[in-house]
Amino acid sequence: MNSVILQIASKYIKGLLLIFAVLALFRGHNYPGGGFIGGLMAGLALLYDSFAFQAFQVKERLGSKPERYIAGGLAAVLLSFLPSVVGGKELMTGMWISIPLPVGEPFKLGTPFLFDTGVFFIVIGVTLVFVFSLTQKDKWK
Amino acid sequence: MNALVAFPILLPFVLIIVLLIFRTVRIAGYIALAGTFLLLMLSFVLFWMVRQQGVVVLQMGGWEAPFGITLVVDYLSALMLVVAAVILLSLAVYAPRFLPGEISITRFFQLFFALAMGLNGAFITGDVFNLFVWFEVMLMSSFVLITMGRTKDQLEGGIKYLALNLVGSMFFLAGAGLLYAKTGTLNMAHLAIILRDDCQAITMNTTAILFFMAFGIKAALFPLYFWLPASYHTPNIVISSLFAGLLTKVGVYAFIRFFTLFFVQDPRFWHPLLLIIAGLTMVAGGMAAAAHYETRRILSYHIISQIGYMIMGLGIFTPLAIAGSVFFTLHNMIAKTNTFLVSGMINKARGTFELKEVGGLFRQSPLMAVLFIIPAFALAGVPPLSGFFAKFILIKAGIENGNFVITSVAVITSMLTLYSMIKIWNEAFMKVQPANEYASRSFRKPSFGEYFPSLFLGGISLLMGVFAVYLFDYTLEAANQLLNPDLYIETVWKGGTGK
Repeated sequence: MNSVILQIASKYIKGLLLIFAVLALFRGHNYPGGGFIGGLMAGLALLYDSFAFQAFQVKERLGSKPERYIAGGLAAVLLSFLPSVVGGKELMTGMWISIPLPVGEPFKLGTPFLFDTGVFFIVIGVTLVFVFSLTQKDKWK
Repeated sequence: MNALVAFPILLPFVLIIVLLIFRTVRIAGYIALAGTFLLLMLSFVLFWMVRQQGVVVLQMGGWEAPFGITLVVDYLSALMLVVAAVILLSLAVYAPRFLPGEISITRFFQLFFALAMGLNGAFITGDVFNLFVWFEVMLMSSFVLITMGRTKDQLEGGIKYLALNLVGSMFFLAGAGLLYAKTGTLNMAHLAIILRDDCQAITMNTTAILFFMAFGIKAALFPLYFWLPASYHTPNIVISSLFAGLLTKVGVYAFIRFFTLFFVQDPRFWHPLLLIIAGLTMVAGGMAAAAHYETRRILSYHIISQIGYMIMGLGIFTPLAIAGSVFFTLHNMIAKTNTFLVSGMINKARGTFELKEVGGLFRQSPLMAVLFIIPAFALAGVPPLSGFFAKFILIKAGIENGNFVITSVAVITSMLTLYSMIKIWNEAFMKVQPANEYASRSFRKPSFGEYFPSLFLGGISLLMGVFAVYLFDYTLEAANQLLNPDLYIETVWKGGTGK
């Protein structure tokens, strides 16, 4: 499909969706949202992009293979186990640090967030793998 | 030290990441080899820990037993982990030499370790819903593995496999939901506390039957096994052997775990049912194996037939019978994988799996014949190989407990096994090669790397037979732990956080 309206709209909608995706990721620990939902939203943004443009253009723009996103996400998940091992707690125990902000409540950052970020990138990677393989012509012998 | 319990899951997880980053085919084989070897060492360490402590527990994330996910290793889990790691190691040697060029070895090993992760997770989890998750991990990775060769029959087999197994997963999920609604927990030890002295046995049977259906599909029991013969002969032989040794046995493991730990309220209903299904499974699988003339189909139906023996021990439900079930499962995982490995070698030598088209392999490669006869006779139950003792324990338990019908069915099915094994032996090895397009293929003797995995597994089959006493002691210990789960419950329930 080659529609100028869709292409220009996709530019704004993609940005908006990505912002909401990151928002969903951030509020995920205590409110509805989280890595999975955020990842789906970000994947949706890129899916929208691949409708407006050609899939290979999206691939070029991303600059790296979707498998890299999966690998990076898995590595982040693995990394989130490390603090509990180093801290001598049971494996996968949630560890938190709080960063004092000039106004309001201190900002709390913990291993569950790292875990969620990993999930976020895995879901993006998996969505992209789906999109790219569905837009390709596949041969079955 | 208890953190080691999580490592059979974490190690394959790390290896998947490593294989996603380093995609060079040459390195992938070595990474897989090193990884599976580490996994085997790890399983031995866990087994040693179980021998010291009885039951080893890890509460994930520091959440105490009924709230978090508990990982538990007891004798049964540890034995299954060790044998699964042995099979994974031998396949890591075998796979690069037998995978066709169009399947990338790196991609294969990524999914191979995903399967290993699901498998190990299923063996060590102490939580019903977590078990469901590991089943799904296995299901997804095995579906991709089946369809990896990108042929139409693989797609067909893969979709049948996926569809029928998803029905099983739905039963599992429904069962887990009902169980949670009735008891308010999904932790296995907590379930055991609640359900073991439950007087309202009838209300629990509806839940148990859902799990019976779910595991029956996963383990390929008699009326539910149709996904197995529809799919196992389609993928590459490496992938078939991976599935043959491991997938259905997880269903059997889940059967043993559930029906000894907490579904024990109504033995007068369950044990006859298990015995009837076991007998039908043995006979149906054995008959179908006798009727086919394609090695992979014979061996696939034969997997089903052997599942019957494992469930038979569970149906008799004496310590000896459970020990026999566990012994049989361990022996069968090794020997069954080995027969698939040898049928891959036959295929490589002749280019076909059809027994009518091949022959004369004994003259060309006596070594291959020996490699076949070890697992074949082990499966048929010829002493001094492992299968003889496995069947002996089960049959002894059956006679002692007065289950004469199932015992005679088991003995007769052994004859069917022997028949189908001798059929492969006669057709592939003894008969003169028929004059057809496969006869003119130049024969190349299998290289060391090609026959080594089979030799390794054959050696283990032999050792399991020769040192059957020691293995029997361990399986009896496992059976005692399963039938008197006080230690299991206590270790999980007291927190076991090590503090």
